[in-house]
Amino acid sequence: MAVVVYLESQKGTIKKTGFELASYGRAVADALGEQLIGVGFNLQDTKSINPYGMDVLYNVDTPEGSFFNADRYSSTIAGIASKEKAQVIVVSSSADGRYLGPLLSAKLDAAFLSNVVDLPTQYSPLKVKRSCFTNKAFNRTLSQKECNILSLSSNAFGLNEQQGDVEVRSEPYAEATTDLEVTAIDQATDKVSIADADIVVSGGRGLKGPENWHLIEDLASVLDAATACSKPVSDMGWRPHSEHVGQTGKPVASNLYIAIGVSGAIQHLAGINSSKVKVVINNDPEAPFFKAADYGIVGDAFEVVPKLIEKLKARKH
Amino acid sequence: MNILVCISPVPDTTSKINFKEENTAFETLGIQYVINPNDEFGLTRAVHLQQKVGAKVTVVTVGDTSCEPILRKCLAIGADQAIRVDLQPQDGFQVATQLEALCKKTNYDLIITGRESIDYNGGMVGGLLAVHMGIPYVPNCVHLDLSGNDVALEREIDGGKERLKSSLPLIVGAQKGLVEEKDLIIPNMRGIMQARQKPLEVVSPIEVTAATLVEHYEKPPEKGAVKLVDAEDIDGLIDLLTNEAKVL
Ligand SMILES: Cc1cc2nc3c(=O)[nH]c(=O)nc-3n(C[C@H](O)[C@H](O)[C@H](O)COP(=O)(O)OP(=O)(O)OC[C@H]3O[C@@H](n4cnc5c(N)ncnc54)[C@H](O)[C@@H]3O)c2cc1C
Repeated sequence: MAVVVYLESQKGTIKKTGFELASYGRAVADALGEQLIGVGFNLQDTKSINPYGMDVLYNVDTPEGSFFNADRYSSTIAGIASKEKAQVIVVSSSADGRYLGPLLSAKLDAAFLSNVVDLPTQYSPLKVKRSCFTNKAFNRTLSQKECNILSLSSNAFGLNEQQGDVEVRSEPYAEATTDLEVTAIDQATDKVSIADADIVVSGGRGLKGPENWHLIEDLASVLDAATACSKPVSDMGWRPHSEHVGQTGKPVASNLYIAIGVSGAIQHLAGINSSKVKVVINNDPEAPFFKAADYGIVGDAFEVVPKLIEKLKARKH
Repeated sequence: MNILVCISPVPDTTSKINFKEENTAFETLGIQYVINPNDEFGLTRAVHLQQKVGAKVTVVTVGDTSCEPILRKCLAIGADQAIRVDLQPQDGFQVATQLEALCKKTNYDLIITGRESIDYNGGMVGGLLAVHMGIPYVPNCVHLDLSGNDVALEREIDGGKERLKSSLPLIVGAQKGLVEEKDLIIPNMRGIMQARQKPLEVVSPIEVTAATLVEHYEKPPEKGAVKLVDAEDIDGLIDLLTNEAKVL
C-alpha cells in the first residue's frame, strides 16, 4: 500500500508545488502507515526531494525533445499507482495537475476530489475539506471509492521538512492511447507564473491604460511576483487573457495578493480569496475590496505605487 | 458533423452563497441560474462552427426540469437541439457517466465541456468522459481549428500556451479565449421565438451511483476589519507586511 504524489518539474528541477505535495503526501502516508512514493519525469535533481521524507521516487525518462503528454503521463502514473496499490494519489492544482487528475481517476476507477484544502479527517471511506463555489464556501466531501485522487490547492498545506533518503527507481514511459500530440510550447515569459508565485501583483481598470502597467511590472519585479489583472483589463486587451484572475479567470492562492486599482467585484474576489494576505491600494474608500483585504491604502495608485517600489528597492540593498 | 456541448447551469456569478438543512444542502432560494461561463464560450465556438462547416449543434444538460430555461437559452443562442438527462446529479462522475451513455447512442465528432463549472469547480467531466470513450481531451482550450478530420488546438498552461494537434473525435474543455467576450451571442427576439420550436428531448438516466457525496458545507470564517495605512506611510505598510503578516 502507498501514497503516490506527482512531482511537477521545469527543466528537470522539481517545482515548489512538488515539495508541498510531498509534505502533504508524507502526512497522509504517516496517518495510513504507508510508504510515500513520488513520480516525476526527466528529473535531474532527485536529491532535492530528500528533505521531504519521501521513500521511493520513480523517475521516468521520456524521449529527447518530447513535451508533456497528459495521456501518457497519466497512464504511467496509473501504472505505478496500481503496482504499488496506492490508496491516495495527490496532484497539484496547476493546469497540468488538474488535467491529469480526472484522467487518472478514470484510468484507476478512483474518485477525483478537486480543490482540497486540508488533510483528510478520515480514510476509509476518505473524507476531506475542499473549497467550492470558487472559494465562496467549503465543503466536506465523503468519497465512495477505495482509491482517491486529490488535487491539492496551492499553499493550502505548506512545506514540512524532515529527514529522508529517497530510493530512486526508473519506470518505462507508458504508450499513448490517443493520437493527441503537443507540437510546441509558447512560454509567455520566463517570469514566475500566477500558479507558482508566492506573491501576485494585480492591476485593475483604475490604472487607466496599458501604458501605465510599468507600475505593476516594476512592483512585481522587486517582489519576484507574478502579474495579474481584472477581467475588464484583459477584455479590453490591455493585458493578455492569461493574466485574468477571478471566478472566470485563473484562481489565485498566493501568500500575498496586492490589488491596485481593482474595485473588488464579487467575481474578482471569489477567485483570489484563498490568498493568505490581501493588500488593496485604491483611491475610493468605498471600494468593496477594502472589506475583503487585510491591509489597505486609500490613495492614488500613481502616487503610492512608485513610492512603494522605491522603498522596496532600497530595502533590498 | 455533430457537436455536443455539455451545459452546466450554475448560480449567477453575483450570487451570495448560503446553505440550509443544517448546512448539508445548498440554498437555491433566490438564486438565479445562468449558463456556466466556460460552457458559454464553448457553445459560442460551436455556433461559429455550425455556421462555418455546417455542423449540427446539440446541447445537453444532466439535471431536473428547472434546467430547461437554460437549455432554451442555449437554443436561442443558436444550438439546433437540446437534450436533458433527467437526473439531479451529485457529482461530476455521475454527469460524465450519463454523458457517456448518451455518446454511445449517437456519434459526436466534437464534444465541448467547460474547463470547469464555477459552482463545484470539479473540472472533471471532460477528462472522465474522454478516458471512458477512449478519445483525447484538451482542457483550458483557447483555440480550436478544424480542417477536415484534423484539429489544431491551443491549451493555456501556467505562464504560457501549448499547441496541440489531434484528429476527431475529441473533447475540449472551453474557457475564455476560445472565443472572446465580445463574441458571446446575446439572443435576439427571433432567436428566442425559434428556440421555442426547437426540439428539447428528455431522456431517462442510467443507473449509476456517485463517486463522492458532499456531507457538509461551511462558509469562510468572518474576516477581521482591514488595517488602513496612511498613503504617506509606505514604511508602515512594509513594516506590517514584513513583521506582522510575515509575507515579505
Ligand atoms: C459573468 C461574469 C464573470 C466575471 N468574472 C470576473 C473575473 O473572473 N474576474 C474579474 O476580475 N472580474 C470578473 N467579472 C467582472 C466584475 O464584475 C467587475 O466588473 C470587474 O472585476 C471590475 O474590474 P476592475 O476592478 O478592474 O474595474 P472597476 O470596477 O472599474 O474598478 C476600478 C477601481 O480602480 C479604482 N481607481 C481608479 N483610479 C484610481 C487611482 N488613480 N488609484 C487607485 N485606484 C483607482 C476605482 O476606485 C475602482 O475601485 C465578471 C463579471 C461577470 C458578469
